[in-house]
Amino acid sequence: MKHKKHLAETAIHGVFLLLGLITVGCVLLITVYLILSGLPAIREIGLWNFLGGRTWASTEAEPSFGILPFILTSVYGTAGAIVLGVPIGFFTAVYLAKLAPPAAKNIVSSAVNLLAGIPSVVYGLVGMMVLVPAIRIFFRLPDGASLLAAIIVLGIMILPSIISVSMTALDAVPKEYEEASLALGATPIETYYKVSVPAAKSGIAAAVVLGVGRAIGEAMAVMMVAGNAPHMPSLFQSVRFLTTAVASEMSYSSGLQQQALFSIALVLFLFIMLINATLNFFLKRGKEG
Amino acid sequence: MAATTISRKRKGRIAALRVLMAVSSAMTCALVLFLVVYVLSKGLPHITWELISTAPSYLTDRIGILPDILNTIYLILATLLLVIPLGAGAAIYLTEYAQNKRLVSVIEYAAETLSGIPSIIYGLVGMLFFCQFLNMQTSLLAGALTLVIMNLPTVMRTTQESLKTVPQSYREGAFGLGAGKWRVIRTVVLPSCIDGIVTGCILSVGRILGESAALLFTAGFAHSLNGFFDALGNAGASLTVALYFYAKEQGEFGVAFAIAAILMVLTLLIQLLAALVGRYFKKRRSL
Repeated sequence: MKHKKHLAETAIHGVFLLLGLITVGCVLLITVYLILSGLPAIREIGLWNFLGGRTWASTEAEPSFGILPFILTSVYGTAGAIVLGVPIGFFTAVYLAKLAPPAAKNIVSSAVNLLAGIPSVVYGLVGMMVLVPAIRIFFRLPDGASLLAAIIVLGIMILPSIISVSMTALDAVPKEYEEASLALGATPIETYYKVSVPAAKSGIAAAVVLGVGRAIGEAMAVMMVAGNAPHMPSLFQSVRFLTTAVASEMSYSSGLQQQALFSIALVLFLFIMLINATLNFFLKRGKEG
Repeated sequence: MAATTISRKRKGRIAALRVLMAVSSAMTCALVLFLVVYVLSKGLPHITWELISTAPSYLTDRIGILPDILNTIYLILATLLLVIPLGAGAAIYLTEYAQNKRLVSVIEYAAETLSGIPSIIYGLVGMLFFCQFLNMQTSLLAGALTLVIMNLPTVMRTTQESLKTVPQSYREGAFGLGAGKWRVIRTVVLPSCIDGIVTGCILSVGRILGESAALLFTAGFAHSLNGFFDALGNAGASLTVALYFYAKEQGEFGVAFAIAAILMVLTLLIQLLAALVGRYFKKRRSL
């Protein structure tokens, strides 16, 4: 009887162990699949031709598969979104965490949550209908679908991550630090920027890195506003990101062209893994500091 | 007296910071307000009974989004059905069973990695693994399974957080009365982590509702009207994919805005629900 009960407990333990290992299995599955399906095209095209090639002409009779335009577009687009989104997000976070009266904090925080919850296709649609025509008229371009439009949309989409992660870091700064600074004669605002912000710098850095991850991985909203032509990046031209390169040709591709798309996904995955590692570094340091 | 000790330069800098904060916060709020008002005002007038109650028909040149609404509901149901046991089970393993610290940190690292992977990569791997390798073709089931992997970390994390707040003395009391591990989990631990599971579900529903890139190649974009089990085996567009399709491929912006307005209202409702549920559980816990 006792033996039987013990056996059942062990079996249940085993089941839960399996459930626990599912996440690890999923990560392995994704990694292995991306590497296995991404490598053949890279081997056939050649690593340097693939990563450093300036032209992408996948459907021509003499196809060429250079993804440098996509890599640079993703990097520039993300950098632009950071330049636009981080200052706005940072100052909003400091205001919300330190200065805002409770009622204002509540309202603005729920507005920020809502911003995070809006589907990316809705951002894409509004971008398509408002931003793209505005850019076309304002800069007198033949078409407003451009890197600039994508940067603005991405800058807005990363705001919620930046605000909420920075806020958490700023909220966690020990009250004693601020009180000491106030007692020494600094004004409240000086205290927030010279004491609280430096104390929360790891968390704020993590917020920025998270924003980078969001921006580089976004596909649908970018697809709707960036125009999707595989040009080398330029602010007012139609461009294609790493994510949209995968998405826009997948439905009709085959053979080497499809394998090259898997290779692009592999490159994107490597970028994301790098960003994740950086994020973990900052989060860990924030916890220890 | 304080005023005399603060130099003009300091004052200027403080004023500048004040202005920057005010402008940034105002911009954030204005942006949210603009998005909500714009989408609702453009979309709500296009929502008609015919639009939300029929399937599209080429014969009568009619656009209806009922199949897309149903597909979205099916996707949510199928995903939650699978992700709740998996995610909650993983969380129970981590907080109740796991002894090996290294294994715990590997599992948690894997969960963090999963939540950082962009949805387009999920879509691609879902297509390769579920649609091609497991031979499910482009179907709602393949889409739902892809969404399960995406939402696993969310449910796992919220359940884990609520499990951590269950007092150790509850477990010790049950063990002291002679209960086995499984009995303790079933009767003491599980009932007290319901709030974490519910929160995880609400967050997941929000994410599934807004997901599009992962569904494009796994669930496809068909608009046929099906029952739950038929739908799982067939391709079908969710509301988000339908929005993309109508806006980008067909130029039907009225329909696109109508869907956007529906999505916006649902997002607002989910946020409200999450806030209410959070407050309710907090109150219950403090009693």
